[in-house]
Amino acid sequence: MLNLQYFASVREQLGRESEQLDLPADVTTVADLAAWLAERGAPWTLLTDTQQVLVAVDQEVVDRAQTLTGQEEVAFFPPMTGG
Amino acid sequence: MSAQEIFDVRVQTADFDVAHEYQGIIADAGNPGAVVMFSGLVRDVASGSGIDGQASAAAGQSLTLEHYPGMTEKALRDIVEQARARWPLQAVRVVHRVGKLLPHDQIVLVLTASAHREAAFAAAEFIMDYLKTSAPFWKKQRFGEQSEWVASRQSDYQRAARWENKSGDE
Repeated sequence: MLNLQYFASVREQLGRESEQLDLPADVTTVADLAAWLAERGAPWTLLTDTQQVLVAVDQEVVDRAQTLTGQEEVAFFPPMTGG
Repeated sequence: MSAQEIFDVRVQTADFDVAHEYQGIIADAGNPGAVVMFSGLVRDVASGSGIDGQASAAAGQSLTLEHYPGMTEKALRDIVEQARARWPLQAVRVVHRVGKLLPHDQIVLVLTASAHREAAFAAAEFIMDYLKTSAPFWKKQRFGEQSEWVASRQSDYQRAARWENKSGDE
C-alpha cells in the first residue's frame, strides 16, 4: 500500500490531505505515479508540473525518476517557503 | 550529555525565549569562543510603519505556517549534520515555529557555537540558507478575508547554491 500525502497549496487544490492506494504494476517511478494520478483529470493534472510540485519519498526529496515499490510514503507539495 | 541535545532541532507552535536559548547553547557547548544567533521575524507587510503590530493584527494580517511532521525534523537534522561536516561546531540549536503567527512574532531561531567566530557565522548562514529551500515549511499570508500561499523566491535558491562551490574552512 502506498501512503500518499499532500501539503500546502497542493493539498488545497486537490481538496485532499492523504490517501492510501495500491499501485498498478506498470507504475514504477514517481513520474509514472504523477501521470497515473493525473488521469483523474483536473485538478490532479497539477502533479505532473515538475516546477511547481516537489515530491518526497519516505520523507526525502527525490527526482521524478525515483523508483517505487508501492510500500512508500510519497508526498507532493509546492517549493518550500520556511524561515 | 548526548549529541542529540547538543545538536538540537525543534518545531513548535510556542514562542521561544532568545535569552534562554543563548544560555542553553553556551551550556551545551561547554567552552565556546563564539556564539552566533539569527532570529527571523514575521514582517508587517501591510503597514508602511512596521511598528504597530496590534493594528495589523486587528486588520486581519497573519501568517500561517504549515509543515510536514516527521520530514521537517529529519530535514533540519540533515542540514545541521551538513554544517557540522563543514565547520568545527560545538553546539547548534534550530527552533522553527508553526501555526498562526502575527506581524512581529518570532518565527525561526538558529544558534551556532564554535571556538572561533568564522565557523559560527558561516554555519548560521548556511543553516538558514538551506532551511529556506529544503525544510518542508510553507507560509500562507492572510489579509482579512484574503489569503495566499507565499511563493518561493529564486534568490533563496541562489543563496543556497552558493555554498555548493565553497569549501568549509575558508
